[in-house]
Amino acid sequence: MKTIFEQSVSGRPGVGLRELKKDLTGLIPQELARDGLPCLPQVGELDVVRHFTRLSRLNFGVDSHFYPLGSCTMKYNPKFMEQAAALPGFSRLHPLVPQFRGAGHFAQGALEVIFETEQLLCEITGMAGFTVHPMAGSHGELAGAMIIAAYHKDKGRKRTKVIVPDSAHGTNPASAAIAGFDVISLESRDGIVDPQALEAVLSEDVAAVMMTCPNTLGLFERHLPRIVELVRSVDALLYYDGANLNAILGKMRVGDAGFDVVHLNLHKTFGTPHGGGGPGSGPVGVCERLVDFLPISRVVKLEDGQFFLDYDYPKSIGYVAPFYGNFGVYLKAYAYILRLGREGLIRVSENAVLAANYLRKRLEEHLEIPHNRICMHEFVASAVRQAAKGVRALDIAKALLDKGYHAPTVYFPLIVKEALMFEPTETESLDTLDQFVDDLIAILEQADQDPAAVQAAPRQTPVSRLDEVKAARNLELTDHCGL
Amino acid sequence: MPYIPHTPDEQHRMLDVIGVAGMDDLFAEIPEALRPKSFNLPEGLGEHEVMRHLETLANKNNTRLVGFLGAGFYDHAIPAAVDFLTSRGEFATAYTPYQPEASQGSLQAIFEYQTAVCRLLDMEYANASVYDGGTALYEAMMMAVRHTKRRKIVVDECVNPIYRRMLDCYTSNLHLDMTVVAHREGGSDLKALSAAVDTDTAAIIVQNPNFFGVLEDFSGLFAHARSQGALNIISVYPLMQAILKTPGAMGADIATAEGQSLGLPLSFGGPYLGMMACTKALIRQMPGRIVGRTTDSQGRTGYVLTLQAREQHIRRQKATSNICSNQALCALRAITYLCLMGPQGLANTAMHCSELAHYAARRLLKLPGAKLLSQRPFANEFALVLPRPAYHVMDRLTRRGFLPGFPLGRYYPGLENVLLIACTEKNTREDIGILKELLGGAL
Repeated sequence: MKTIFEQSVSGRPGVGLRELKKDLTGLIPQELARDGLPCLPQVGELDVVRHFTRLSRLNFGVDSHFYPLGSCTMKYNPKFMEQAAALPGFSRLHPLVPQFRGAGHFAQGALEVIFETEQLLCEITGMAGFTVHPMAGSHGELAGAMIIAAYHKDKGRKRTKVIVPDSAHGTNPASAAIAGFDVISLESRDGIVDPQALEAVLSEDVAAVMMTCPNTLGLFERHLPRIVELVRSVDALLYYDGANLNAILGKMRVGDAGFDVVHLNLHKTFGTPHGGGGPGSGPVGVCERLVDFLPISRVVKLEDGQFFLDYDYPKSIGYVAPFYGNFGVYLKAYAYILRLGREGLIRVSENAVLAANYLRKRLEEHLEIPHNRICMHEFVASAVRQAAKGVRALDIAKALLDKGYHAPTVYFPLIVKEALMFEPTETESLDTLDQFVDDLIAILEQADQDPAAVQAAPRQTPVSRLDEVKAARNLELTDHCGL
Repeated sequence: MPYIPHTPDEQHRMLDVIGVAGMDDLFAEIPEALRPKSFNLPEGLGEHEVMRHLETLANKNNTRLVGFLGAGFYDHAIPAAVDFLTSRGEFATAYTPYQPEASQGSLQAIFEYQTAVCRLLDMEYANASVYDGGTALYEAMMMAVRHTKRRKIVVDECVNPIYRRMLDCYTSNLHLDMTVVAHREGGSDLKALSAAVDTDTAAIIVQNPNFFGVLEDFSGLFAHARSQGALNIISVYPLMQAILKTPGAMGADIATAEGQSLGLPLSFGGPYLGMMACTKALIRQMPGRIVGRTTDSQGRTGYVLTLQAREQHIRRQKATSNICSNQALCALRAITYLCLMGPQGLANTAMHCSELAHYAARRLLKLPGAKLLSQRPFANEFALVLPRPAYHVMDRLTRRGFLPGFPLGRYYPGLENVLLIACTEKNTREDIGILKELLGGAL
């Protein structure tokens, strides 16, 4: 499809064109002014509407396709949440308003949203304090790692290492490294963390252990109580990657289980739409002894019921965001929590786990499943059998696109060969799950009989398989306009 | 239960297939000791009940204040088509485009966004966005540290203090040497900045228009910094770039911006849009997602995420950044906004805002004791020195439904009497007349 730049016609007025009453060229001195106009598209409103509407139709979203993308929790995104975030009382509010003396009362509703959201997240996770400032899950990891660093520094000791299991999301080691730590990778055993292996690398140099539970294989970390004990024994902290929280709502609270720091991905568990890659929101919760290190500002409720911004936390790690994080995103999560309530959230996890196990069971004869036991909200299968005949996980993923499904996550976690990671979520009907299984089995049968046909997928999508090597080798990152 | 479609009968059928007796068996691996101590949440509500509650909260916020408040975050008009297009479910409910054949819409839109960013900022390459303008500046700084393998950073005090305190936060464990060069009456001290750059300097960080609204040309400073082997980083106000000398023309290596002014609502601080662009030489240091154009197996044009070897899901602790989710939907807002405005529309809007600000300055300078902090040129925002503390004026005017600006004393000790006043196309000459009257009454 032509780019919007290729559709540009010199001199065509956009909707932003506002007649200027007089010549303002003298307003900005010549030496500080731009030399000519930027090369942006010159198109009409209908051109823009049609172009981006057409582009949207080249996309798979949850609204249009089943999206069993493991580790991403692509559940249905309730529509009323969009209306909530668009309320002018929220969307038009300037973030600096409550920061002026005497102007706090102009933003009481927004401050209450922050306060209440943090309170609800505390109760959901069993943590003592929460901040909604981090703007994505990985941003929450970074904030969490910085809180961990600040805690040890405050105790007057140097802790240089963070332990991350090899099944963790890539963001975990990246965030720890960016916060200034050396990363020790911990090998899993039978799909989960082995306490003995952990013990071998634990020392007084270790600041924290970062865990995902259930982990990225969809397995519950059975040795968690022992792991907590070990981590405590060297006074390191235990970090919880909340990417998989959808599996344990009301079944385990990470605070009660002994975790010290947690980040949540609101666009996963709490149903805020992912936007094709963001914006997300990654609130961070901490146990009692870490509350003083949370980012500033913080919303405090006074005895008279008024809310105000408090900056007086001398041990705080400081400002991780320009203001209060992605307000428009966690406002949606707040609405989601109120809508579902206690019972609803418990049912989320039950039905997410039910759906994953149902899918696992129905597929176990057709795909290799390395750790084939009760899984949590997702599971990892392996296409090794198919790969022996030349059909790799990627080929199966592409063939699924042809059948009208977004593919599962492929080649992750890295510790499973030819990994295909399925996460159906609680919002897909049994009919959808059954149809998906039938279609996937048909692909696997084809892989057996006619591998070339599967290797040639996708054929029904707007483009067929794309040359990623060429994209990286002959970098073309912009259109030709103006050059 | 809302959004869960399974009937009790279906649940039983699924449990049978799995081979367990009940739901509880699915959670048997969670030891008793790890069970929640409480899960004390309110009962679920109907959609209309939640909305009523949220409307009540929204109404507690006063957004009817007539605003001259900017300080890096501006209340610009947003064409309705921006909301309409970006709320389409195919865009809003998609994930990061890991499967490019099923994501050509998101990918091409980002490719067009990257193109528009490069053309607007006059740079060679751009990424698909990061969280916000402050994060963009921090990531740019880290690009420079990696590229030069040096640890000294020179920062102009005229850079938005909201971003500077984010830089402070992120670098607290990184052993970088940050030198802040003080402003001179709201302008950059070019001589002192120049003197602060040496052969240990990784980057110099400046802003245009600066936090006080003042316009600068950093060409000379950038040439000097380059001669010392440092990289030049500039943070800009993207809407104003339609009429201002570009980062590229000044010789910047990395340009960053808060993209909120390009079709994003203020939304109490987020989600916003961190824009990043750089020269070709630095692209492998760039964080986050980047979309490239390529061809499919039949030779047709298509788009993919590229240079992924920089990223955390491949490189883990050796990645250029930990950024995974970015602000893709916000970038979509920006590209649709820029297309709707067009080059002339964008320039006219920037001029219109600037013209209003100049008009406001002329009017307000008639107040007794008022003067401009800086005599240098400005665009849509300026710092007005008052004969008494700005906080006092703020108190009086907010009570009358006016937000007269940003009191600079909050970040700059010694500037307690200075008010930073911003105009957008949503302000009117009548508003400015009332502002003058109210300010006059409060002095």
